[in-house]
Amino acid sequence: MSVGVWAGVGLLGGIGALLRFFLDGLIATRAGRDFPLGTFVINISGATILGLLVGLGFTGNRLLLAGTATLGSYTTFSTWMLESQRLVEDGELRIAGANMLVSLLVGAGAAALGRLIGTHL
Amino acid sequence: MGRDKREVAAIFVGGAVGALLRVALIQTDAGAAPGWPWVTFSENVLGTFLLGYFATRLQERLPLSAYRRPLLGTGFCGAFTTFSTMQLELIKMLDVHRYGLAIAYAASSIFLGYGSVHLATLFVRRARTVT
Repeated sequence: MSVGVWAGVGLLGGIGALLRFFLDGLIATRAGRDFPLGTFVINISGATILGLLVGLGFTGNRLLLAGTATLGSYTTFSTWMLESQRLVEDGELRIAGANMLVSLLVGAGAAALGRLIGTHL
Repeated sequence: MGRDKREVAAIFVGGAVGALLRVALIQTDAGAAPGWPWVTFSENVLGTFLLGYFATRLQERLPLSAYRRPLLGTGFCGAFTTFSTMQLELIKMLDVHRYGLAIAYAASSIFLGYGSVHLATLFVRRARTVT
């Protein structure tokens, strides 16, 4: 990988994290804190767009920069798990279980749908 | 928005470093081999353990800091771990009808991810009662 591509990964990775931070803040202030809707929306939208890029035929450095670097940073596994564990600690077992299962199933469906749309565009 | 500029800078820097490290580890993966996605799997479990550690320690033990949580938690751990790549790996497994592999990958990621937050949290809270 060239220096330029590495620089791009860092820059886009930082931007992806900031997008996640601002969008989560925007959603959390409106939706309240019962269900971690911010992380859910971020992860599902990111999985959809990554599927779309793959469907559109992105490969190599284009996929690395737009997908792995940007969307990889934008979406997050760790916050999803942290929020689920904290819900269990608070006794919200049903919401925690739903958060884990629904995110997983909708996430895989969203990636598949995004890819399907991409291949037909 | 009135956001602290230091907070924004910390998230950007943490996110950049997290993404660089994640991509660097992906480069070590030779693999077109359609098997267990070891890189994403390990990054997600490790990054989740670290987030559990940082989140608990910064929230419950150290004095409030303007930039530590954004730098290490939101920035680094958020960007080092990833949801979208995992979902893409899962649907690729389903493409080739490796349903058992997909279920094992999803279930073990969630089980170990959840477990690592739990362990990291216990670890920080136990240290608090000792000191």
